[in-house]
Amino acid sequence: MVVQLSQTERMKSRRFIYIMLIFTILMIVLLLISMDTGLIRLSPIDVVKTLLGAGTAKNELILFDFRLPRIVLSVLVGAGLAVSGVILQGISRNVLADPGILGINAGAGLAVILFISFYSSKEAAPVFLLPFSALMGAGLTALLIYLLAFRKGEGIAPTRLILVGIAVAAGISAVMIVLTTRLDPRSFQLAAIWLAGSIWGTNWKFVLALVPWLVILLPYAIYKARVLNVLSMHEQAAISLGTAIERERLALISTAVALAGSCVAVGGGIGFVGLIGPHLARRLVGPNHQHLIPASAMAGGLLLIAADTLARYILQPSEIPVGIVVSVIGAPYFLYLLAKSKA
Amino acid sequence: MSGSTAANEATKVRSHPFIAAVILIIGTALLGLGLAVSISVGAADIKLRTVWEAVVHFNPDITQQQIIHQLRLPRALAGALVGACFAVAGAMMQGMTRNPLASPGLLGINAGSAFALAVCFAFYPGIQFKFLILFSFAGAALSAGIVYGIGSLAKGGLTPVRLVLAGVAVSALLSAFSEGIAIYYQIGQDLAFWFAGGVAGTNWTQIQIMLPWMIGGLIGALILSRSITVLSLGEEVAAGLGHRTVQVKAAGTVIVLILAGTAVSVVGPVGFVGLVIPHVARFLVGVDYRWIIPCSAVLGALLMVVADIGARMVNPPFETPIGAITALVGVPFFLYLARKERREW
Repeated sequence: MVVQLSQTERMKSRRFIYIMLIFTILMIVLLLISMDTGLIRLSPIDVVKTLLGAGTAKNELILFDFRLPRIVLSVLVGAGLAVSGVILQGISRNVLADPGILGINAGAGLAVILFISFYSSKEAAPVFLLPFSALMGAGLTALLIYLLAFRKGEGIAPTRLILVGIAVAAGISAVMIVLTTRLDPRSFQLAAIWLAGSIWGTNWKFVLALVPWLVILLPYAIYKARVLNVLSMHEQAAISLGTAIERERLALISTAVALAGSCVAVGGGIGFVGLIGPHLARRLVGPNHQHLIPASAMAGGLLLIAADTLARYILQPSEIPVGIVVSVIGAPYFLYLLAKSKA
Repeated sequence: MSGSTAANEATKVRSHPFIAAVILIIGTALLGLGLAVSISVGAADIKLRTVWEAVVHFNPDITQQQIIHQLRLPRALAGALVGACFAVAGAMMQGMTRNPLASPGLLGINAGSAFALAVCFAFYPGIQFKFLILFSFAGAALSAGIVYGIGSLAKGGLTPVRLVLAGVAVSALLSAFSEGIAIYYQIGQDLAFWFAGGVAGTNWTQIQIMLPWMIGGLIGALILSRSITVLSLGEEVAAGLGHRTVQVKAAGTVIVLILAGTAVSVVGPVGFVGLVIPHVARFLVGVDYRWIIPCSAVLGALLMVVADIGARMVNPPFETPIGAITALVGVPFFLYLARKERREW
């Protein structure tokens, strides 16, 4: 029995390594394609040359100052949102949970809009403060949803959590609409593009603002994978296994919220990545969170960089926000999952 | 006839005709008052007497009377009509699907209409209003089709949560398309205010065009109301009582699409009126849809007129989108419904 178990475990681990290898290869290919794509096309050879330091000054400018920061951000934001989704799905035991659907993105968005409208009259907003404000918004929203969905004796029922999330998202959107219609046309355009989900910070400052969050939170999530495995089982099982559930749950929710908040701050209102990334990963590597979290991060990063490349390519020379591309891909997939799900 | 009598006897439908009559009378009186207030408040300060004269014997030579007649009167009327449409559409959906969360906003019908109108704004900027309405119907039908289709494909059928999730996803998809169109054609801020909902720009021509659709839809709803009461008892009960559930549902769906589609084409996707008002009406008058539908119409009209007055008062002289105001009223109510799992029917 024990031997058999460890054998299947070893098989799964090998499968996980293969999948991660394939993901990495895919990532490299997509990165190269993404670096070629844009208003000014670079050939793959030019890209490699420039990366190795042998490119023309113009190519260096395009690649290092404009294209790469955005590419790096897409990968990071995708990974962060997907891991946030994995955690939320594990905790709520609902595979349809996602920071966008639960209203956390909307909360972060509201904070960012407030931030933009506050600073619009003065100098450009201090970029590194943006994730903080988004984080505050995301945190307060999550707290509100948690309190509203909580009922004594029953805790958090997954269905109620989702309905409450949708309601809170609708309320916040209403407030945002009131705020955005009051903005002057230029700030409005900025806000609209931000809300639609655009990797809008096309310089390295945004990357620097986001990286510390991910460097701390992603390893922490992987470190807590065992706890998530326990929590995603039935509540009773979790209690009998002796995990201090409420404390662990709170720590994990905070992690998910912090990930979503910091990613939304630089990426804008991007939905569905937190839903689809984990789902693809779960199909490939199974439900063990030790494998699921890294695989989701990769899947989310791949998804967003693919969507961003498409967003730059489809309607040249104008760019559509990546969030729109993700919604157009993500919403039908969500509907497909919904149609397949059991009651 | 005998069927529904049997239904009344067999299941003892809880209904309060007396309260319903009171609501209809007092509600209509309040609506009249609301309309009067709505006509008399605004950016230009106009005396009540002038308002009265403008309504009773209109003299086009006086500027103030012109403001009343050309701007405020159609606006107030449109608000009332649209509110009635959304509320009745919501009541019918809730009755037919026995789903307390059913309403044009949550199930993506509003987003569908809005998407169709964004397409119109971008590709046929000068389109006549009478064609705009048809586009709006088509958009409403499109999204309703997708939401219901997906919801009923799932194993276990159309549960309330599943329907809402499908509605959210379809709304997200269609809004993404609308946003893409808006950004690409740079019609963003034009659309934004209209998306948020507002009756500010309504004129008499629009009212003339939408009136037949709305009246037709409302009458249709009243005719169907008896069958909807039976449907709301459950499909098996309805079929057992000899009701043609498929035909009733088909007719009901067409009426919902007409009501919601027309309303969205006038004010934009205003949410939560269609969700909240039918619950209020049901709470007050019981579960007989012959009373729920007219009461919903009156209360919905009242809510929209009041919300529109609020929209002008919150941040004068600027207008606040009416959709935001109804959402702020509706969200707490939705939360209440989501927390209360007990179902009444």
